[in-house]
Amino acid sequence: MTAPLLQVTGLVKRFGGLTATDHVTLDVVPGEIHALIGPNGAGKSTLINQLCGELAPDEGSIAIDGAEVTALSAPERARMGLARTFQVTCLLDEETVLWNVAMALDVGRGHSFRFWRDIRRDESLTAEARRALAGTGLEGRAGVTVSELSHGERKQLELVTALAQQPRLLLLDEPMAGLGHVESQAMIGMLAGLKSRCGMLLVEHDMDAVFALADRVSVLVYGRIIATDLPGAIRENPAVREAYLGEGEEA
Amino acid sequence: MADIDLTHGAQAPGRAPLLRALAALVVLAALPTLASALGYPALTSLVTRILIYGIAAASLNFILGYGGLVSFGHAAFFGIGGYVVGILYQNYSDETLFLGLVPGSNQMLITLPAAVLVAGAFAAVIGALSLRTGGVQFIMITLAFAQMLFFLFVSLKAYGGDDGLIIRRTNELPGLNMRDKEVVYYVCLGIAALFFAGLARLIRSPFGNVLNGLRQNERRMVALGVAPYRYRLVAFVLSGMGAGLAGALMANFLRFVSPDMMHWTKSGELLIMVILGGVGTLFGPLIGAAAYLVLETLLASWTEYWQLGLGLVLLFVVMRARGGVRALIVALGALLPGRQK
Ligand SMILES: Nc1ncnc2c1ncn2[C@@H]1O[C@H](COP(=O)(O)OP(=O)(O)O)[C@@H](O)[C@H]1O
Ligand SMILES: [Mg+2]
Repeated sequence: MTAPLLQVTGLVKRFGGLTATDHVTLDVVPGEIHALIGPNGAGKSTLINQLCGELAPDEGSIAIDGAEVTALSAPERARMGLARTFQVTCLLDEETVLWNVAMALDVGRGHSFRFWRDIRRDESLTAEARRALAGTGLEGRAGVTVSELSHGERKQLELVTALAQQPRLLLLDEPMAGLGHVESQAMIGMLAGLKSRCGMLLVEHDMDAVFALADRVSVLVYGRIIATDLPGAIRENPAVREAYLGEGEEA
Repeated sequence: MADIDLTHGAQAPGRAPLLRALAALVVLAALPTLASALGYPALTSLVTRILIYGIAAASLNFILGYGGLVSFGHAAFFGIGGYVVGILYQNYSDETLFLGLVPGSNQMLITLPAAVLVAGAFAAVIGALSLRTGGVQFIMITLAFAQMLFFLFVSLKAYGGDDGLIIRRTNELPGLNMRDKEVVYYVCLGIAALFFAGLARLIRSPFGNVLNGLRQNERRMVALGVAPYRYRLVAFVLSGMGAGLAGALMANFLRFVSPDMMHWTKSGELLIMVILGGVGTLFGPLIGAAAYLVLETLLASWTEYWQLGLGLVLLFVVMRARGGVRALIVALGALLPGRQK
């Protein structure tokens, strides 16, 4: 069996009296899309924020490729090959689409403590950023300022930017949220094509997307994982139906 | 007449900004000759001060406009730079050692780098502590540090205390007659030109872009792998060094330093220059320094309440002219004939 790309063990996070992450144990193996579903407020974003290092857990451990990272900062984890997207998009709004990607590429090269090179005129950098945009829906929008993008385009740019980091592991926080049907299908297609490049933890509400993409599904309710299984089995799991899917179908 | 596009000047691409900067440099180089020909020799000394404050304000703008950090204590580094020149001069003329260790000097090639380095060291300490906070706390802490230094120098009787230090002669530069105010002007102009060329480069560097990214969205930059504190600290030190350079030049120009150089009102003046000229632009602070000092000179000759007039102008700029005087000039420039396409 392959060593897991991400191994989370006994993770706990409390906000005062609220246990937002309650002894979560889960893993992502290479080439896998592991979906994490659960009702609003279940603690999905809180979990992602602990995995990427923005938020410190109270207990438990996180390992990437067998290396313990619990004590590492968010930037250190990013440099180890962990990239993420945000539920509420988080981009450099004053810059162009192209420059957002270029920035990810340049920081990824690890040469940012340089004071003299003019990167605004670095042809190889912009060429590389254009290659990263090629084939995505943003190809023709490279010169547009990010603040002028539509919601769907922003979601897409987050993914392209994360991929420009050449991650081993990608954490996706509701990449489909707020997208129309066509945009969702495009996003699903894009994610399906990425499986060979990196493992993914996919937090998503859109059940069609989850069942189309996921190799395994975990269900988070009140901070606790109540089931982890193959998508087909999750669909049939009575506890899951009661806690989550049932509600969704009736609503 | 063709339609007028107000944004055209602001987006002028390619080499145009460089050409404009060079044109400005040519005018500035001819200024002393023009000033005496026109019978306004005082103009040269006004422009010397503009250049010096322009360096200080642009340094502040580097962390304010590009880094998003409002330092309200930047006069501290300006004053430190000045005092390095003043103290080295006093030790030089008394033939004593500073702290019993360091010999004095009246050589600009020594005093200027020394001022820059000492200001940078102070900025490193103050920045390392202040940058652990953010927002309003950062403003207050930088202000507090600057006031601490102000009172320290007020109490330093060995170096003039309240009264400050008189520097009998401007520092020397090999081959130049530094007693000539025009020569001092050209020295300041040369240093300002190098400073702004370096700053332009820095802003476009990977470092400058990361800093600017942190201002726009820290979370995004962290997700990309940027550790904010180190970048901001280095930026703060560079910014302090620039202010120290300006202070050292000011000490040479005025041949005088006093604690007033680091008083909080001086920090406020630098902030006003940045805001007047245009936050987050390369030459905005220089233009802001010019606007401030010219207004000060003009208004002070009309009324002793000149600060009130200045306040009104500032209010207008902040409320009506986004981007400051620089943006105003760019917009007016676009109205000139021959500028529309
Ligand atoms: N910084 C915080 N402080 C206090 N409570 C928080 C904080 N962040 C999240 N929570 C709470 O933790 C719970 C889980 O939130 P979240 O992780 O955003 O849920 P999800 O992403 O699954 O919708 C919610 O009840 C939320 O109110
Ligand atoms: Mg969420």
